[in-house]
Amino acid sequence: MTNSALAVTGLRVRRGGRPVVRDVSFEVPRGAVTGLLGPSGCGKTTLMRAIVGVQIVEGGTVTVLGLPAGSPPLRRRIGYATQNPAIYADLTIREALWYFAAVLRAPASDVDRVIAEVGLTDHAGKLVGSLSGGQHSRANLAVALLGTPELLVLDEPTVGLDPVLRDELWALFRRLADGGATLLVSSHVMDEAARCDRLLLMREGVLLADDAPDALQRRTGTTDLEQAFLHLVRTTS
Amino acid sequence: MNPALTLATTRRILTQLRHDPRTVVMLILVPTLLMILLRYVFNSTVVFSHVAPALLGVFPFLIMFLIASITTLRERTTATLERLMTLPIGRLDLLFGYALAFGAIAVVQVALAAGVSLWWLGLDLAGSVGMLLLVAVLDALLGMALGLFVSAFARTEFQAIQFMPVFVLPQILLCGLFVPRDDMGWLLRWLSEVMPLSYAVEALNRVTASSTVDAVILRNLLVVACCALLALMLGAATLRRRTP
Repeated sequence: MTNSALAVTGLRVRRGGRPVVRDVSFEVPRGAVTGLLGPSGCGKTTLMRAIVGVQIVEGGTVTVLGLPAGSPPLRRRIGYATQNPAIYADLTIREALWYFAAVLRAPASDVDRVIAEVGLTDHAGKLVGSLSGGQHSRANLAVALLGTPELLVLDEPTVGLDPVLRDELWALFRRLADGGATLLVSSHVMDEAARCDRLLLMREGVLLADDAPDALQRRTGTTDLEQAFLHLVRTTS
Repeated sequence: MNPALTLATTRRILTQLRHDPRTVVMLILVPTLLMILLRYVFNSTVVFSHVAPALLGVFPFLIMFLIASITTLRERTTATLERLMTLPIGRLDLLFGYALAFGAIAVVQVALAAGVSLWWLGLDLAGSVGMLLLVAVLDALLGMALGLFVSAFARTEFQAIQFMPVFVLPQILLCGLFVPRDDMGWLLRWLSEVMPLSYAVEALNRVTASSTVDAVILRNLLVVACCALLALMLGAATLRRRTP
C-alpha cells in the first residue's frame, strides 16, 4: 500500500488532436486538501477526468487509492463533482440525491446529511432547475459527498459563490480532510490557494509546482500566491 | 446487473416525468385522440377497422422513439451520464431502467387507445385483447429501444428529432399500412422484410382478423422482441465509461 491517495506518473492526454496534459507527475497525500490551480483551459478538468477514470489517456499511469484509475471498486470510493452541474434539473434536490444515493448503495440518511452539509436544507424540496447558479453548484457538490467517499475530486466547486458561502464550503472541505478524506479541489482563483495543504500549479498542460503554499512563497521570494504563480510562469517559460 | 438499481432508475425517470404533467398527459392521450380523429376522417367503421390495428402499433412506436431519444440525449449532454459512468451502476441497469419506465407508460398509452378503439370507435377484433395489447406494447418498446440507440449518433436535439423521419417514417411507409407488402417491388419488399415494424404490424393485423394465435403471430412477436433487445444491447455498447 502506498501512503499517497493518488499517484500520477507521466500522464499525457490529447483532446481534439492537441496535447492537453503533457507529461504530468505528482502525488497527493491522504487526509489533506490539495488545490489544483491554474487558468481556465490549462488542463485541470482533463486531469481530473483522468483521475476519476472517464478520460481516454495517451500515456502514463494514474493510481487512485492503490488501484488503477477507472477500476470498478473505485466507483464507490471516489466522489466527483463536475464543473457544470451534472444533476437532473427536473427533480427536486432530495429526489435527485435519493437516486444517486441508491446507485451508491449509500444509507438513506446520507441524503439529508449532504443537503445540510452544503447548506441547502431549506431548499431540499425545490426543483434543481429552479435553483440559482450557486445553489445549483452546491446541489452538484452534495452528490459527490454521498456515501462518504475516501477521495473527493471537485472541479471548481466554489465558482460563482458569494464570499460567505465560499468560506463555509472551504470550512467543510477542511472538516472532511480532518475526518480522513482526501480532497483534490480545482480553482482558478488564487486566493483560495492559501486554504490548501498542498498546491499543484498548472499552466498549458504542464505542472509548474507541487508544494505547500508557504514553501512556494518562500521558494519564489514572494508574499502572495498570485505573485508566486506569476514568478513561476516567468522563470519556467 | 442489479434489479435494485434498475428499479431505482425506473423510479427516477417516472419521478422526472411526474414533474412534467403536460408531457404525461400528452403521452397518454395523443395516440387515443389520433385514433378518434382517424375514425371520423374515414367516417366508416369498416375502413377504420382495416387500418386501426396497424396504427395502434405505429403511434406508440413513433412517440416512444421520440421521447426515448430526447431523454437519453439530454442525459448525455447534461453530463449526468458521465457522472453515472463514474458510479457503481451497470450500463444495462440504466437501459433496462429506461425500458421499464417507458414500458409502463406504453402499457397505459396502448391500453387507452385500444380500449377507446374497441368499445367506442367500433374496431372489430377477432383475437384476444391481451394479445393486441402485448403486440402494441412490444412495438412501443421497440420504438423506445431504437430511440435510445440512435440518440448516440445525435449531438444536438435538432439532429435527434430528425432521426425520426430517417429511422421511423421509412418503416411506416413500408410496413404494409399504405400498400400491401406483397404488391411491392422486390427491393421495397426486401426492405420491408428487414424492418422490424413490418412484423409488428403484420402481427397486429392477424390478431384483429383471426381468433387463433398462429405460428406467424408468435414468430413476429419474437422478431419484434429480439429487435428491441438487440437495439437495447447496441444502445448499451454506445454508453462509454471513458470518452476522449
